[in-house]
Amino acid sequence: MPAPVIIGIVVFVLASFVGFELIAKVPPTLHTPLMSGSNAVSGITIVGAIVATGIENDTLAAVFAFVAVAAAMINVVGGYLVTDRMLGMFRRPKREESE
Amino acid sequence: MNANVEAILYLIAAIAFIIGLKRLGSPRTARRGNMISGAGMALAVVVTLVAADRVSWAVLTAGAIVGSLIGAVLALRVKMTAMPQMVAAFNGFGGLASALVVGAEFLKTEGRLVPIEVILTMILSVFIGAVTFTGSMVAYAKLQGLLSGSPITYAGQKIANALLFAGILGFAVWAQATQQSLPFLVVGLISLGLGVLVVIPIGGADMPVVIALLNSLSGMAAAATGFVIDNSALVIAGALVGASGIILSLLMCEAMNRSIANVLFGAFGATAGQPSAPGGGDVHTTTPDDLAIALTYASRVVMVPGYGLAVAQAQHALREVATILERRGVEVRYGIHPVAGRMPGHMNVLLAEADVPYEYLLDLDQTNALLPRTDVVLVLGANDVVNPAARDDPGSQIYGMPILEVDRARTVVVVKRSLSPGFAGIDNPLFYMDGTLMLFADAKKALTDIVAALDLV
Repeated sequence: MPAPVIIGIVVFVLASFVGFELIAKVPPTLHTPLMSGSNAVSGITIVGAIVATGIENDTLAAVFAFVAVAAAMINVVGGYLVTDRMLGMFRRPKREESE
Repeated sequence: MNANVEAILYLIAAIAFIIGLKRLGSPRTARRGNMISGAGMALAVVVTLVAADRVSWAVLTAGAIVGSLIGAVLALRVKMTAMPQMVAAFNGFGGLASALVVGAEFLKTEGRLVPIEVILTMILSVFIGAVTFTGSMVAYAKLQGLLSGSPITYAGQKIANALLFAGILGFAVWAQATQQSLPFLVVGLISLGLGVLVVIPIGGADMPVVIALLNSLSGMAAAATGFVIDNSALVIAGALVGASGIILSLLMCEAMNRSIANVLFGAFGATAGQPSAPGGGDVHTTTPDDLAIALTYASRVVMVPGYGLAVAQAQHALREVATILERRGVEVRYGIHPVAGRMPGHMNVLLAEADVPYEYLLDLDQTNALLPRTDVVLVLGANDVVNPAARDDPGSQIYGMPILEVDRARTVVVVKRSLSPGFAGIDNPLFYMDGTLMLFADAKKALTDIVAALDLV
């Protein structure tokens, strides 16, 4: 078995290619929601922050973990909510208007 | 929880993120996609809570409440014009979270020998996270107007930044060799400083590229953290965000005909302060009344909004004009240059907020295909992006930048306060062309007057 870091690099490179393929297909109209949605996805660091709260007998680590959880949650909650709010504004032409 | 089950569940979360991105391919499916992505995030959190050996519920709950409240209030209250600075701030929080998670992990390992690849990923993660954090805060301050939008430059700036970077490398080697916390901490501190110093020389007009790059970096920071804690969900999610930010940065650079290096190190706008004297030639002016008649008898009208329109909060007045014209059978479309707003896609969101249907928002190529068959183009608060010099004058500073070729339409009406040049200080020959009519007014006032005049036509 290769070292975990090598497996990580394999996953990272393949995921980057998936990302490039998908994002190239996002129309310019949705680039702002794409960025706020990316904010939300990068909030995945919450996973690491949760684990970090479990470090014992270290006040500094607890402070780091607290701020990390808060910062990551700002991204998760704020990112998904604002993206949803923006996407709700995009609507199709109303037929009655063109009469 | 079994480690294999855990890994599969994280994979499902990552797939949800990918589906979310895929559904961003169309405004019809995007909102649902965002919810699927959010469900993936919820799954990842639950899996972590169940699988973690130990969690401090006090620290976790306190942090989660504070973060969720701040995030929700910001998301629900932010004005769409302020979206760039909010995304900038969120990029920064992402970087901060990554750097701190790794900082805490480092504290945990202190005194124990760690494999070299782990300590290296830790250093890399802290470096990216810290630079992203302070760089984003500077971008936020510039966009919010807390800091001047003009580039802040001084002698030896690049050398100073290069020395700081060399310092980071030096301390990284030391931290790696000794695994002591002092050099590790110094790497973090210098990185924080470097983040500030690399963003301050970048001008306000280049912020779209910078936010997109910082967006990418926040993803890279998450991915690096994924390497440290050996979690594939972070690696995949981080890679997706990293790819997204890079694509958007490149698109923005292409739209400005600049290289990333030129944006980052060029201090563009620092020296282009003196506007060239308005060029010769006669200017033809028009009035709201004449314009109302021309618009009514047009069969196709293309609106070209620039950021000035959003600053004047005139999107709704624009929509009102469009609605009246559409009722009279005029086809109204909107030509949007990629750098029309202050971040990628910004103008589209501002118009969507004003109830403009997304199918009428055209990109650069779609607009340019339509313009030769357009009767009236209304240019509102846009300048450099419609400057024909970018296409025709090899001596122009913006030569080569893709533009909306509004001069190909039958009539161009430019609504503008005066003949003053745009941010790059470049005169616009469009204003002196035969087919161009100038309406000297504030965008909102002009549109309100046009609405009143349309009532009488």
